[in-house]
Amino acid sequence: MRLNTGLGATAGLLATALVLAACGSDDDGGGSAGGDPSQNADATEVTLTITDNAIAGGKNSEGAAWITDYVIPEFTAMQEAKGVDVTIEFEENGVDDEDYKTKIALDLQSGAGGDIISIDGIWTGEFAEAGYIAPLTDIAGDAVEEWDGWEQIPEAVQQAMTFDDQAYGIPVGTDGRVIYFNKELFAQAGLPEDWQPTSWEEILEAARALKQLDGVTPLQVNAGVPMGEATTMQGFLPLLAGTGEQIWADDTWTGATDGVTEVLDFYGQVYGEEELGDPLLQQEAQGRDTSFQLFASGQVGMLIEGDYFWRSVINPDEGIAPMANRDEVVGWAKIPAREPGAGLNGQDFVSMSGGTGRVINPNTEFPQQAWELLTFMNSPEAFEAMISIGGARITPRDDVNAEALAGDPLMSFIAEEVLPITAYRPALALYPQVSVALQNATAAVASGTSAEDAATAYQSELEGIVGDDGSIAD
Amino acid sequence: MTTVPSPTDVDPAGPAPTGAGAGRARIDDGDAAGLGRWRATGFVAPALLVVAVFLVFPAIWTLYLGLTNWRLTGLAAAEPEFVGTENYTDALSDPAFRNSLLLTLAFVFFSAIVGQSILGFALAWTARRLRPAVRSVLETVVLLAWIIPASVVAFLWLALLDRREGTLNALLGTDGTAWLLEYPMQSIIVFNIWNGTAFSMLLFSSALASVPPSQFETARMAGAGTFATLRDVVLPNIRGHILTNTLLITLWTFNVFAPYLITAGGPQGRTEILGIYIYRVALRDGALGEGAALSLIMIIINLIVASVYLRLLRERRP
Repeated sequence: MRLNTGLGATAGLLATALVLAACGSDDDGGGSAGGDPSQNADATEVTLTITDNAIAGGKNSEGAAWITDYVIPEFTAMQEAKGVDVTIEFEENGVDDEDYKTKIALDLQSGAGGDIISIDGIWTGEFAEAGYIAPLTDIAGDAVEEWDGWEQIPEAVQQAMTFDDQAYGIPVGTDGRVIYFNKELFAQAGLPEDWQPTSWEEILEAARALKQLDGVTPLQVNAGVPMGEATTMQGFLPLLAGTGEQIWADDTWTGATDGVTEVLDFYGQVYGEEELGDPLLQQEAQGRDTSFQLFASGQVGMLIEGDYFWRSVINPDEGIAPMANRDEVVGWAKIPAREPGAGLNGQDFVSMSGGTGRVINPNTEFPQQAWELLTFMNSPEAFEAMISIGGARITPRDDVNAEALAGDPLMSFIAEEVLPITAYRPALALYPQVSVALQNATAAVASGTSAEDAATAYQSELEGIVGDDGSIAD
Repeated sequence: MTTVPSPTDVDPAGPAPTGAGAGRARIDDGDAAGLGRWRATGFVAPALLVVAVFLVFPAIWTLYLGLTNWRLTGLAAAEPEFVGTENYTDALSDPAFRNSLLLTLAFVFFSAIVGQSILGFALAWTARRLRPAVRSVLETVVLLAWIIPASVVAFLWLALLDRREGTLNALLGTDGTAWLLEYPMQSIIVFNIWNGTAFSMLLFSSALASVPPSQFETARMAGAGTFATLRDVVLPNIRGHILTNTLLITLWTFNVFAPYLITAGGPQGRTEILGIYIYRVALRDGALGEGAALSLIMIIINLIVASVYLRLLRERRP
């Protein structure tokens, strides 16, 4: 029970159940992790709900199609053969990741929510600490250890859904970030089709060449708060890795270091006097979607994005900003370090990877059946169906990846060239707050503040989040 | 036409102190209905219970939450700690909060007190002389802006003010002007005037209808112009309505959230009026305790505004 000290008695007297639930002092809110793994294990009538930030005709529509066209009918049929009547409901969402996170956090806090919930790996820590999610073994018991899928999932990928050495969910896959560019615009600006910059300066030079073209914004590097985690993940962190630093290293957070200031200075060069990027776009409430559309219509030259952009945004069949000639027009390059050898571990090129995954709601009425559905969704057959519906993507399973990626040039590029040099975000509960501080710093620079001032402001915001007791390096 | 209840229509007479006065209905003991204290209490009890459950309890609960470091996620979600008045002192010393408060005051003053009142009165004043058919068309159009759901309205305004393919840019020939980024406060103020004027118009229409025609007639005979008529005939008659209208739209506008759908508080917090600021702090940033503290501050400001207006109204009535 949360928040049930002084006013508990008053609450009991005054409040209806409705009010209590609304105030989040519900006893079943997941404070104690997991219930009885064998609860309802022999039920013959089962109802399960899958919650995902995917919706038919909108965000991640291929993921939604996979659930409605493959997962639900197949799993229902499988269970029917065993004499179990399963009804699966799919709770679709199609909103910004931050709004989705707020929604499921509120769901879980009030003891509600789907049985299987898709979350971003970086939320694992804060959700686990809040008691909203529980280690899979606490929910479903020994069956979890016995699952044969674990050995197919690399350690680094499992890490995305792990907190304090316990698995809270099964990862859905991983990704990598590259610079996408429009080959047609590059040709017009006299740039090579197989462009691969080796330093930040070469990115800026290409942007200056594109600047000569009419009606073209040369480069969008995500900045600002409206873009949320996309700013940190597609903008700030890959650049920071290019200076050889990480946001969390040696048990300390990175404050206003040289690397942070250099990254902010790069933002200043992009959005400052030269106007190589459009600073207003970074402030618009729907700026990220607009940047997608502008890239798809040939009005943005370069964009740093993850493979999500290739699979779900400019995908000619399923994308939200489809590009009919994607395969001919869109090129990609690895993200260079500030200068050769300046990157993380002395690398020439860098990237960042994240990962989403699915957890079981600790309040589920049917823990065994939910686990069964979860493993079904992570079976090789299910991933093959996902790929045949939505196209190639990096699944968490080595056995599936070996075949699946061969057909798609970008996806195999990411698997072969990008994943070996990539880095991951810290799996810490405080990370999302630090991420917002970074977004604020980039927003300040994009709207004209100097890199030094923004770095100083970031440092003091960071101190407010993690305390200034030596846990910040500068 | 809707009629608006005057907020002063409150009967100050409490239950009579007689215990068994039910039978003696003719005696003026303040118990006109002849119910007696206990039965009267019985009738009022459900209403009091609803008030307690939905108003008093949440307010106390908010006060309590505001004294904790409760968060939406993380350790402080599972085990919030009591932090005393830290949230309140933090909020009051936070430039973002003061900025938000100033924005809210400007928003209320320009969009409600100035914009909606004046435009609403002007529409009502003009409409009285129009032919009934024209008048109802005008009223319907203004009303539509008020009754269309906020999400639909927000979509229309986004289309109007869009930077690349917006209607306004096409009309004015100002291609590429990002209205929502370059003039964010002005945009949401105009939006709110457009959105909420209908109420003021309706209220002033019925107020003007209550001015005795003979007084207009007299003013006309005396050769009074429009301005003199407004000042000497209309204003004294509708002063109570003006106060009522200002009270209601001030409180509504103070608490309004719809501009979030258009600007999401941006760019860079420049349209982060109080309701949006609290949403951002409590739900986007996850600081529920701080959000509760801010909410309580907002409730108190509302109560102060309401009591000032109510006092003004009471002073006018003998």
